Amino acid sequence: MQGKNIQSRKWLHLLLNEAGIGLIFVVLCGLFAAFVPNFASLNNISNIFTQISINTVISTGMTFVILLGGIDLSVGSVLSLCTILAGMTITNKALPFPFALVGAVGASILCGMICGFFNGFVAEKWKVHSFVVTLGMLNIARGAALQISGSRTIFSFPAAFNAFGTMAVGGVPVIFVMAVTGVSLGHFVLKKTVFGRMIYAIGNNEEAVRLCGHNTRKYKISAFVLCGACVGVAAVMYMLRLNIASPILGAGFELSAIAAVVIGGTSMSGGKGSLVGTLIGAAIIGVLNNGLLLIGMKDFARQMVTGLIIVAAVVLDTYRVRLSRLFS
Amino acid sequence: MDKIASPRLLQIDNVTKTFPGVKALLSVNLEVRRGSVHALLGENGAGKSTLVKIVGGGYLPDPGGSMTFDGAPYAPSSPYDAIIAGVRVVHQELNLLPYLSVAENIFLDSLPRRGPFVDYRKLYSETGLLLSRVGLDLNPASPVELLSVAQMQLVEIAKAISTSCKLLILDEPTASLSSRDAERLFGIVRALRDQGLTTIYISHHLKEIYEIADCLSILRNGEMVTTRPVSGTSIPQIVSAMVGRQLDSEYPVGKTPASRETIMEVRNLRFDGNKYPVSFSLKKGEILGIAGLIGSKRTETVRAIFGADRKKSGEVFIGGKKVDIRSPADAVEAGLSLLTEDRKGQGLVLDMTLANNVTLAAPDKVSRAGVIDMKAERLSARRLSAELDIKTPSVDQLVRNLSGGNQQKVVLAKWLFKDANILIFDEPTRGIDVGAKYEIYLLLWTLLEKGKGILIVSSDLNELMGICHRILVFSDGKITADLERGDFDQERILSYAYQNYID
Repeated sequence: MQGKNIQSRKWLHLLLNEAGIGLIFVVLCGLFAAFVPNFASLNNISNIFTQISINTVISTGMTFVILLGGIDLSVGSVLSLCTILAGMTITNKALPFPFALVGAVGASILCGMICGFFNGFVAEKWKVHSFVVTLGMLNIARGAALQISGSRTIFSFPAAFNAFGTMAVGGVPVIFVMAVTGVSLGHFVLKKTVFGRMIYAIGNNEEAVRLCGHNTRKYKISAFVLCGACVGVAAVMYMLRLNIASPILGAGFELSAIAAVVIGGTSMSGGKGSLVGTLIGAAIIGVLNNGLLLIGMKDFARQMVTGLIIVAAVVLDTYRVRLSRLFS
Repeated sequence: MDKIASPRLLQIDNVTKTFPGVKALLSVNLEVRRGSVHALLGENGAGKSTLVKIVGGGYLPDPGGSMTFDGAPYAPSSPYDAIIAGVRVVHQELNLLPYLSVAENIFLDSLPRRGPFVDYRKLYSETGLLLSRVGLDLNPASPVELLSVAQMQLVEIAKAISTSCKLLILDEPTASLSSRDAERLFGIVRALRDQGLTTIYISHHLKEIYEIADCLSILRNGEMVTTRPVSGTSIPQIVSAMVGRQLDSEYPVGKTPASRETIMEVRNLRFDGNKYPVSFSLKKGEILGIAGLIGSKRTETVRAIFGADRKKSGEVFIGGKKVDIRSPADAVEAGLSLLTEDRKGQGLVLDMTLANNVTLAAPDKVSRAGVIDMKAERLSARRLSAELDIKTPSVDQLVRNLSGGNQQKVVLAKWLFKDANILIFDEPTRGIDVGAKYEIYLLLWTLLEKGKGILIVSSDLNELMGICHRILVFSDGKITADLERGDFDQERILSYAYQNYID
């Protein structure tokens, strides 16, 4: 009897925690598919995949940071800085293509990690809230990108690079494959490794983890570095997709990423959430943008609807927490 | 009856307060004379705070008793009722808003107004008057966060007497004051008494009682033992009136003596807020108790040893080797563990499962290359749950849903899994029912058989006397006694606990 009870509670938990948001996603897709003629076409679905890929990868990193009760507002600017460094490397005529490619990817990821380290280190060392530190980094990275690039956009990447970006594996765009790989890796880290366990534990009760003899600072800084690495990867994906590197791109990316994480059910105060939720959150934003555009909704109205959905998701989340308390 | 002529301001008749499983107060009677300073004394857990909360409207007493205040029946159902009647309590933890000004804090619930605006001129002039009554020379507009603790204490008192206050209750007001500031406070309490204010004064410092109190009442085990004038009462008389708590449960006295091998030695440990260096040693297979009044720096001492808070100087030797402990990580590395007073806040991750909590201190033991083997984790958790008899339907249960006793066992399981050699318990049985307490005592003894050393801080003297090989007595941060089992005696321990508060 007891065992069965636990089992049914477990299912209920799963339903409330992950499937709830999944249900919203399915309903949303169903509605668009039923009422918008081109929505369910293969071409459009492939479009949506492409459109959500970059946000998904950034949101993956953001999930780690938010699970620790932090936030990273600098991801958009850092992404732009990463593209500049990578763009300069890959268009460097002195380097043969394979070296230029590896160098560009490496530069992008390293740049993201360094910015992330700065964010995490300052936040932890001086006990400054990450909101403020990353707000500073938002400006630092943007300024650096403009300075280094001489405020010019970089394009004319090698043809092979651009060609890779448009490839598809069995109809699925290659950058979406990259995004799903990233999310899966992140999910594995969160759910199966000691590192992931510590992220959840610290997000729930940092003092208890510290008194267990763990260096909580190390984990918290690592989460920011990981977030930076994700931004570095996202920067490469951006270049693959749009074939430019620019010091002005990425504005507002932090908000889409935070929205995806929050819609996905991750608690802003940390400790609760998952990457499955984040992936669905990113997908909901993508489907909304795409579907509303197909309906013919204008930019401004679309923005308003997207905003309303974010608020509604968070409000629904408070009920979800209450419900799962009730049943546990 | 003429109200003014009545010598009694507060009369408590036959008041009882029961909490689930505990009688905190047992038909207590008390008379407080108008215009006196009345000291309320008693050991940890004797019922002082409960009584204060009943008078201050924080708790409702059980039906049957009655109170009269200022000549009228008195039954406050909230702190607000008490304040209206003229009773103000100044708690040990101060309740000031740090970013507001002194004046705003004092008049928070009755700011003088002119139309919709605060009348700051009036506010500051009234505050100035009140501040001079409590002997404070402060700018009423300065924010409270800039004040010293002593000044904050006085601001609290000013706040208390800002409304028509007839009875002021001070709960351990000098606990965090220097002796000079304490002297000043006594002066003010005396001055307020001369202006006709009645005060109930709670303190561990018996010396202070002689300085300012007229009468004293002693609570023991929830019962009022005596009320008498301070003059003509000696300190030994007070101490012997306080002891004598009944044994409320049996203690599984161990048969194994402690070994001679020292497992941990602390030399000249100093930390902020304590004037005295702390030195002691713990033997293998020994339960060493730390007794002392609440606030005697017992918790602070063990936290400093464990590296949870910073220490100023001092050395810790584990198994004869000096170890440099700067953080809990260093302490755990050296084989120490700390089971904190605050289980939920510092010991457990409530929204994680039992199994996750058990492996929290040593996740590497169930993982390979950083990847956790969930099956092995559950198995370990099941083994320890069985060993400690943790009552739970499954190891996947969230710790939040377990009872207090079982939660404490989970904390213990965590350290057993880590295989810590030295276990430091801070109030291990607080808030745990009698049955679970007994089981925890039994567990301690099985741990000893495995050659561990155990250090226990407890406010329950009977508990310490029941289970320890040896007891250290702390008095205001100083170790005043190191007693072997044969020398355990309540009265003796209590007089040692008061020793440093007297001279």
